[in-house]
Order: sequence, then structure tokens, then C-alpha cells
Amino acid sequence: MAEKNYAFYPGCSSQKGASAANYLTSVNAVCNKLALRLTAIPDWNCCGASISYAGGSELSRQVLNARNLALAEKHLPGQDVVATCAACWLAARETREQLVASEPLRADANEALEVAGLEYQGKAKVRHMVEVLIEDLGLETLAKPVVKALEGLKIAGYVGCQTNRPFGIAGESFENPQYLDRLIEAAGATALSDYDQKVTCCGGALAFTEPEKSQAQIKMIVESAYDQGADMIVTPCPLCQANVEVYQSQINEKQGTKLNMPVVYYSELLATAYGASAKEAGLDGHLIAPDKLIDAAEKR
Amino acid sequence: MSEADHSSAYRREFLAEVEREVEGGTWVKMCMQCGVCAGSCPFGPHWEHSPQKIFMMIRAGQREAVLRSESMWLCTSCYNCVVRCPRQLPVTHIMHGLASYAQKLGLAPKLQATRDFSLQFWENCTRTGRVNEMRLTLGLYFREGLVAGFKQAWAMRTVAWGLLRAGRLNPAELVGGHRCADANGIKAMLAKAREIEARRKAQHGH
Amino acid sequence: MSEIKTAAVLCTGCGIGEALDLKELARIAQKEGKIGVLREDPQACSAASVAALHAEIQEQGLTHLLIAGCSRRAKTEAFNFPGLALARCNWREGVLWSVPEGENAPELRQEMAADYLRMGCAELKKLKLPQANPKAAGNRRILVLGGGASGLTAALAAADMGHEAVIVEIAPQLGGWAAQWWRRTPWRAPYAVPQPTGIDELVRRAADHPLLRCHLGATVLETRGAPGRFSVDIATADQGQITEEVGAIIQATGFTPYPIERLPELGGGMSPWVIDQAGLESLARASDGAPIRRGDGRPVRTVVFIQCAGQRDATGRHLAYCSGHCCATSVKQAMYFKAAQSDVDTVVLYTDLRLPGMGEDFYRSAQTQGVTFVKGEAKAVTPQGEGLRVAFRDLILDTDSAVEADLVVLATGQVPRSGTDIDLPEEERAVAAANSVLKLAYRQGPDLPQLKYGFTDSHFICFPYETRRTGIYSAGPVRRPMDLAQAMEDATGAALKAIQAVESAAQGRALHPRSGDLSYPMVRLEGCTQCKRCTVECPFGAIDEDENRYPVFNESRCRRCGTCMGACPVRVISFENYSVDTVGSQIKSIDMPDEFSEKPRVLVLACENDAYPALDTAAMQGRRYSAFVRVIPVRCLGSVNTIWITDALNGGWDGVMLLGCKKGEDYQCHFVRGSEMAAYRLSKIEDTLKQMGLEPERVATYEVAITDVERLPRLIDEYVAKMFEIGMSPMKGFA
Repeated sequence: MAEKNYAFYPGCSSQKGASAANYLTSVNAVCNKLALRLTAIPDWNCCGASISYAGGSELSRQVLNARNLALAEKHLPGQDVVATCAACWLAARETREQLVASEPLRADANEALEVAGLEYQGKAKVRHMVEVLIEDLGLETLAKPVVKALEGLKIAGYVGCQTNRPFGIAGESFENPQYLDRLIEAAGATALSDYDQKVTCCGGALAFTEPEKSQAQIKMIVESAYDQGADMIVTPCPLCQANVEVYQSQINEKQGTKLNMPVVYYSELLATAYGASAKEAGLDGHLIAPDKLIDAAEKR
Repeated sequence: MSEADHSSAYRREFLAEVEREVEGGTWVKMCMQCGVCAGSCPFGPHWEHSPQKIFMMIRAGQREAVLRSESMWLCTSCYNCVVRCPRQLPVTHIMHGLASYAQKLGLAPKLQATRDFSLQFWENCTRTGRVNEMRLTLGLYFREGLVAGFKQAWAMRTVAWGLLRAGRLNPAELVGGHRCADANGIKAMLAKAREIEARRKAQHGH
Repeated sequence: MSEIKTAAVLCTGCGIGEALDLKELARIAQKEGKIGVLREDPQACSAASVAALHAEIQEQGLTHLLIAGCSRRAKTEAFNFPGLALARCNWREGVLWSVPEGENAPELRQEMAADYLRMGCAELKKLKLPQANPKAAGNRRILVLGGGASGLTAALAAADMGHEAVIVEIAPQLGGWAAQWWRRTPWRAPYAVPQPTGIDELVRRAADHPLLRCHLGATVLETRGAPGRFSVDIATADQGQITEEVGAIIQATGFTPYPIERLPELGGGMSPWVIDQAGLESLARASDGAPIRRGDGRPVRTVVFIQCAGQRDATGRHLAYCSGHCCATSVKQAMYFKAAQSDVDTVVLYTDLRLPGMGEDFYRSAQTQGVTFVKGEAKAVTPQGEGLRVAFRDLILDTDSAVEADLVVLATGQVPRSGTDIDLPEEERAVAAANSVLKLAYRQGPDLPQLKYGFTDSHFICFPYETRRTGIYSAGPVRRPMDLAQAMEDATGAALKAIQAVESAAQGRALHPRSGDLSYPMVRLEGCTQCKRCTVECPFGAIDEDENRYPVFNESRCRRCGTCMGACPVRVISFENYSVDTVGSQIKSIDMPDEFSEKPRVLVLACENDAYPALDTAAMQGRRYSAFVRVIPVRCLGSVNTIWITDALNGGWDGVMLLGCKKGEDYQCHFVRGSEMAAYRLSKIEDTLKQMGLEPERVATYEVAITDVERLPRLIDEYVAKMFEIGMSPMKGFA
């Protein structure tokens, strides 16, 4: 397989000891198998996410993202910027589209970047990791390295918000995108196509500040997975993963429910199917252990 | 000016101010009042004024009621309204923009949790160039003082312990943590951005 | 009439030959039908067969031809024999494709096919070759009543197509409302800003056109005649009374705005700063592109448009309908202010914005220009300071609100200038007669019949542009509420209709919906009892009365529905190719099984426009229905003479189903009132049934639409089942 090179934007949450550290572990395992070479953008910075709007002005937030794009252009010319985090991808891509669409805005951004010795020419494109998998490789290629088809594993594909809106994956609908189900099937598992909370919001950053409202959302997302007979939920978004997994115990405490639904990344699924160990696939990074997946990983 | 005074009601002034000052503000006039945004919002039932109503209130000139509202701070940035709006209004951006403008004017509701979190997030991520999750979380818990902070941290202890064991929480971040090598460059760059924005505002005049 | 020479072609194509015993059928045609020339054809519609048939007609001097094969609605181009009386016998759709499969299917099919053949032969012999209206007149001129945008467009369209046109305009100048406007709503891309009205150009072209004459300050005194020969007396300003001879008339008399004085709660008539949309056009014209000022010279800083003022009213005090154009008109007028001075506040107060089609782009353009749209219900407009205060309910914020304004524009509706409502009782009509526009010297009244709310529309689904007075067409807002672009399109359509009318009248042919039919109503006056039913019931006002109260038929006004024929108690009215006899003889021709055979016979009289095609379609879709029915298409249920029903019942038929169109307010009858008249007549048939000792169920009427392909076979089966329930007719064997 010919190697493909990307300028990698890991994002804060996938750093060591951060809330999505195991996401990066599993992505690395998958990329190794697929000959995708990710080179981290040197000295990348936080994207500001969506939530920083009250503190950061419009241009400040654009400049924050433009810096990463400029660094990619400078150090990794010709490579697409790839993000694994939904918020990173959205913020970076939104900035790119705004700067490409408006010359005066790009001039302003570059005036600020110049202070840090940088310039963004509008070349580097911003992609999400699932875009790379689906568009650059394709489902057939993704299925090839599978050595342990995850047969019998029933999975609720939870796409969430920002991987899906406002950009989404080309050709997919906002209301019922299919790519995650297809990825699940590529790993040999069963996608529960009637799972009806596929694109429901988990509360996002407001899980911290509006816990009750967010946990009502999370409860719906998890209970619907139970209704469909899911063994676990799979998601492409680190905030979705964290919120939906972490708060189940809180909901149980407050409401007397017995939610215990594992929530894993698509990359953990693929890595396991590709033969990675539980540790290599990041399966040790959970509060609710994805037992069936761990069993599969440990099976020789 | 009091909003009971009809001489300013349904006049262009506040709309013009929103167009000038608020991200996405020029789109407000294009709303056709269908209500799809209100019906698409995950927290919709909790909003005192749905986006649809906020757009109408802006037309009605209800400046205070809009800018002092808690409603915009309930936006989860899910973009459902954005993709569904038949008039392609960037509803999410406008809600953020209004919240941000209210904050700038000092009209945003005090002790609004999302407002505080938003401010802390920006502060947190621009300090070193990368988010320090440990500090961010604790900062939020302790925003209402020590007692409240410990109470909340205690309530979350099982979650924290779980994350710690899973290698997804690092107490060491309290003292050090990840950072960008050129954190100073970032700060300077952001200061420059603010300066440019101020200059643009002055150029356009208002 | 010359001797008739009959022939029949029995087509065996499409599976007919395999399903039916043709030998037996041929014998029936010969023995019972007495058909002179008879032959089978494996595919009668093939080019070779049709050519052979034409040759045969020539060689043998045939006058009457029966084609037994497919439905009369199929292969009409192949089976087109001008100069020949033609009957069709429906074996394919009516028998082959409709008789339910089953053990006894071959037997039932054969019986049905045989009966249809007998009926076809019976009808054939009663047919006469239509000779066209002998009183046909060929005046090709077209008179247009009204010189506004609609009238000018219609007259120019007619003149451009080579027809002399005469405009009669009540005002001293041409142009109508549009000439008083500043701009018009855009009617083509990019639908962004108001456009010049273009009315000056229309007026100039009308003045210059060699085929177009105008009478200004003129009114109609009387209209007499029929298509191809109308005489219109006109009082003119300069020539005194004159008479114009024309072939067709277009009524484009437009509208008047609903008077704002009737809306005092919205300030109408109470404040000079409350005006209607026409009033704003005047202000805009006066300002000529500069910022708009009120009548007192005060510049307008805030203007409020109140939509639906006195329209879509549920209280019954104002107009009940939507005039359609007013939302776009207010949007346009708000743009007048924005174009001259962008910081003028323009508030459009609406409950529903209705800008259909590309109007959405225009709406968006107004939003882009800063026009403020407020979904709210106006409550009161009162004076405040130098201006006004508009109190309203904000329907989005659900609060009582108010806005101050220098000027308020009430978007009132269009009231049609349609003349007298001829459906009013005679005495009320007499009072209103002064308002008549056409002053028709017609038995049924002086103006066009109105559909609803005074508009002269006829039937917007089936007859665009038609009215119920043949040769007289209405166009523009007198027909239904509309804007300028729609009115001009409407006027062009009306002109085409008028041209069609004069051309058809000249040839003595019928107009829509029996276009080209050369038959016309013939009356045997010596049998007439002067009962006036025909003159009253004719949906098109085609029949006048002479001084002795005998009917006077104006054939070119006739649409050939046969309602007069159905109405006539003494059966003196007929058409050459459709008469009491052509149908009656079919009813009597079938082979009636005896009472004990358990084979009921149900006569189905089906409207040829809806029910009959629905039956054909059902058969084509493989939907089956009882083989005990025998279907006869009728021009309209209104043409059904009750003698057919009594004859059928006397002849031993077990039941009669009448399939007609929807009647009443949302009627779908192609002849407007035919199905209604039929229902009225049949409401009286129960007495007859009682006298005969028959159950009331033996005659039933159904409303059937052309789309009822699923429902109709079900109706038939249910009805036949009911006949089994109540038993065979006791009248069998007495005929």
C-alpha cells in the first residue's frame, strides 16, 4: 500500500493524560495498518473550540486556527491537515473557508500571524480523519486489513453533532448520515440502522455547565442504544465519547437507572478488527469497559 | 430608552447595531419566522426566547431584553438549526455573537455558568496555547467560591477517579501541563488581532 | 334524408377473437342488427385496414359505420371518418378487460359483448350525420370591454393575430389602474426590484395598431346575438350611440379597490395619513423617485403596511378572500421608500406573507434592503401627534405591541367589476340592473354568471378562461383576483379563446368541451308546451324565448351538453347524433334474461367526460367489475331524460346507475350545472318508482370523478350485489 502523508492536528484532548488520550492511541494503530503517515503539525495550538466565543473575539479565534494552518503550510507543504477531534476539525475548517472566501479577512489574519512570523496562503485543506478513511481509502480498503471480523457485535453508531454539521462528510445527509454504520460494517460488526439518536446533541461543552439538561440528552442517547439491543456505542467525536460515557454513573446516581453502555471510538473498533491488542487499540482507556471488544482483542 | 416607549419599537436602530457589532448579524433581517430553529434545538424547551423570537425581538427593538437574556447562553453549538434553516441563517454563530456582544457590553447575566466557562476556556487555552483540562474543570467548579467548588468536586469524585485510572486525567497538569513552545508568539498574535479589530471598528465608524 | 347504408367492422384484435365467439356475434349483427356490410378484421386500427375501410366507404357509398372493438375513447385518430355517422361498440375495455375471471367468464363475456353489439347496431340506425349549425355567422371581430392592462393586452393579442379589435373603455383615457402606478412588481428574473409598468408602451401600441379601434368614455347599452354575430350598442363620448358588430367579446372590466372607509378601526376614512395601495402609488408618482412625502408635504420617516386589510375576513363584514397580489404589492411599495432613502423605517405587518412562485426572491430582496417584516395582527390605527399609532398583536412574541408611523398603507383587496349578479332574485336584480356591464339581451340575465364573491370565473380546473356565456370571455381581475403579470397572461388566453370562438362559430362547430362537434340542438316546436324548462335550465344561457314563450335556440351559444334535451318533458329537443332515440333504442335492444336466470341487468348511464373514461382506465389497470352492467356514455348527466329510466325499468332492467360529476359549490361538471339538474330531476323519480311498485334502490345516482378508477368498480359491484339482495325486477317479461 502506498503511503499517504498528512499534517496531523491531534488537538488538546488527545494529548497524553487528557480526556481523549486513548483516541489517539487507537488512531495510531489504525493508521499504521493503513499506511497513513500522520506528522503532527509542529507546535500546534488549541482551536478555541466553539465554546470560547465569549472570551475570544471573532478574529482572535480565526487567527488561532490560522496559526495551525500556516504552520502546516510551512512545515508540511502540500499535505492536508487532518484532525481527529470534531471541534478541532470544525473550527479549523470554518476558519479556512472564511479566510479563503474573503481576501480582506485573510489580510487581517496574516497581519496578526506576521507577529508570530507566519503566513497562511489558503492552501492547506482541512479534513477529518473519517473523511480520510472514507474518501481517500474507501470502505473496501478499510475492510482489507481485518483479521478479526467483529461478528455478532451489535453497535449503535452515534455520529453526534459537529462531525456531521454544518459540514459533514460529502454526500451524506445531516439527518441520517450513513458512513459510520458502513465503517462499523467494514469491521465486521452489525450496525443498528434503527438507532434513532444518531445525530442527537449530547450537550457538548454544556455538559459541564448545564448538567441536568445535558444528562437528559445523554440518557436518551444511551437508552435508545439499549432499546436497539446494542452491545456498545461507537462515535467519531471525543466530546461525545467523554460525555456519553462519563455521565452514565451520574445519571444512575440521580435517577436510579442502571446505565452501563460502553462508548468507544470507531478507531478502537477498526484497530481491534485489524488485530491490535486491547492496549494498542486504546481499550484500556474507558470508565465503562467495552468487554466484548476487549474479549475480541485478547482472542488469539 | 424604555422599551414600553413605542417610538423606538420596530425601528431599525437595534437591528442596525446587531448588524454592525454581532457575528452573523447581517443575517438577522433574512429570518422568515418559520420557527424551524426553535424546533430543532436540543435545549429548545429551556430557552426563554427561542432563536426565532430573538430575531423578532431584534426587529422589535427590544435591545435590553435580548442582550440581558440567558437564552443565547444555552446554545450547545450543535448546528442543527444552521443546517435546517431554510434561509441559511448561521443561527449558531448569531447566538454566539449576541452572547459575546452582551458580554462585551457587560449586559450578560452574571454568574451564568456557560458564560463563565466560555471565558475560562478562552483564558485557559490562550495562556499556553493548549487547553489544560485539569485547571479548566476545577476553575469551573470553584467559580462560585471554595465551598461550592469542593462540593462539586466531591460530587464528581467517582468520575474523576475513573478518568484517572483510564489515563485520561492528569493531576500533574495542575502545576505544569502541555504548552506550546511559542506561547508568547500566540499571545502577541492575539493581541494584534484585537488591535486590528479595534482599528476596523474605528474605520467603519459608528 | 337520404337512404342509409350501414356497415360494421368486428375487430378481433387485442385478444377479442380468442375470447369471444365471433361467429355468433356476426350472426347477431346480421340478423338482429340488420347491418348491411359486415366483416371481421384482425386489427381494424392498422393503417392498411383503415385505408381499406376508407376505400370501402367510397365504393359502397356507406353512410353509417359501427366499429366493434375498443372503447370510443381509443384510436380516435384511426377511426376518423368525416361525413360518416359512426358508432363504436366497446368490447375491449368494456368486456374483455372488465369481466371478472372465473368459471363462467366466457359465458358472461359473450352475453355482454352480444348486448353491446345489439346496442351499437340500435344506436347506429338512429344516428344522423351532423350538418353543422345552419345559422352560423362569421364575424371575426373581437370587442374588448375595458382598456386597462388586461383589455389592452387582449385587444393587442387579437389584433396581432389578424382580428379587428374594438376597445370600449369607460374612462376618458386608456391604461386603467396600471397607468396610475409608479412601478410594477417584477415579473421576470432577477425578481429583485420594482420595474417600470410598461403601460405607456401598451397604450401607444394600441393607438398605432391598424386593426385596433378604441371608444373612450364609452359604455355598453345592449349586447345581443351569439358567437359570430354579436351586436353591441355603445354610448360613446364623441359619436353618440353606435353599434359594433363583432364575433366574440372579452370582458376585462377589472376591479375597484375595497373602500378603506369601511375600515375605520384601521383609520380608513378617519385620517388622511391612512391610504390604500393605490393612494401610495399616487404619492410615489408625485415624488418621482425622491423621498416620498405625505399630502401635507411632511417626509415619511416611518411607514406601516397593513396586509389583509378588509380581506380574508371571517366575520362576514369584509372580503372573505385573498386578493393574491397585495403582499407583493406592499413589498414593492416598501422598496419605493428604501430606494429613495434607505433609512426610512418600512414595516410590513402580516399574518401570512403570500408571495408565491418567484415572489420568494422578491421577499428576500426586500429583506436584504432592510424592509422589516412583522408577523402581527393589526388592531387599531389611531392619530398620535403628527402621525399615527398602529396597535397590533405581535404573533411571534405573543404580545400586544404598537408602532408609530407617519403613514399607514392598508392593503385592501380587489372587488371585481363584474356587473349584475344574475343569480340574485329577479326583483333585487332589477334594482341593481343599472350596474350591468354587458347588458345582455339574454333570457337568463344581463351579465356573466358569477362563480364566487362576484368573480366571473367558471371552472378553474376544467375550463381556464371559460365563462358560462359562450363567446364571451373574462380576463384579468374581474375573473379572479390577480396581479398585473397574471392579468396580462390571462388576457392573452382570453384573446385566444375569443379567436377560437369566432372561428368555430363561422364553421357552425361547438366549442369546449365538445370542440368541433357539428351537431346542434334541434327542436320540434309544434310539440312544445312552452314549459320553459329548457330556457331556464340551459347552463350557458343559449336559449331565449320569443313573445309566445317558445324557445329560441341560439345554436352558436350552445355547448352541446344536452341539458335541454334531458329537461324536455315532451322530448321535442334532439341532436342529430345524440337523441332520446339514440340512447332509448339501445336500452330497448338488449337480450333481457328472464326473472329466474339470476342474471340481473343494470343500466349504467355514465358521463362521457369523467365516469366513462374512469371505467376505461379501471379496465386498463385490470380492475374488474360485474358483467351484469351495460354502460352507455352520455354527454352529461344533465342530458338524461327520465324517459330512459322509465323505459329501462319497464323493460325489465333491474337497476339504473347514473354516474355524473360532483355538483354544488365545488362542482366538477363540465357543463357546470348538468349534474345538478340531473340530481334535481331524479329527486322526483321516487314517485314514479312507487307507482310502478319498484324499490327506490332501483335508481341510484353517484358522483364520480375521472380519478375514481379504484372506487368505481367497487361501486358497481356493490350496486349489483344490492340488486341480488332486493331480487330481480318483477317487470321482466312485460316489455
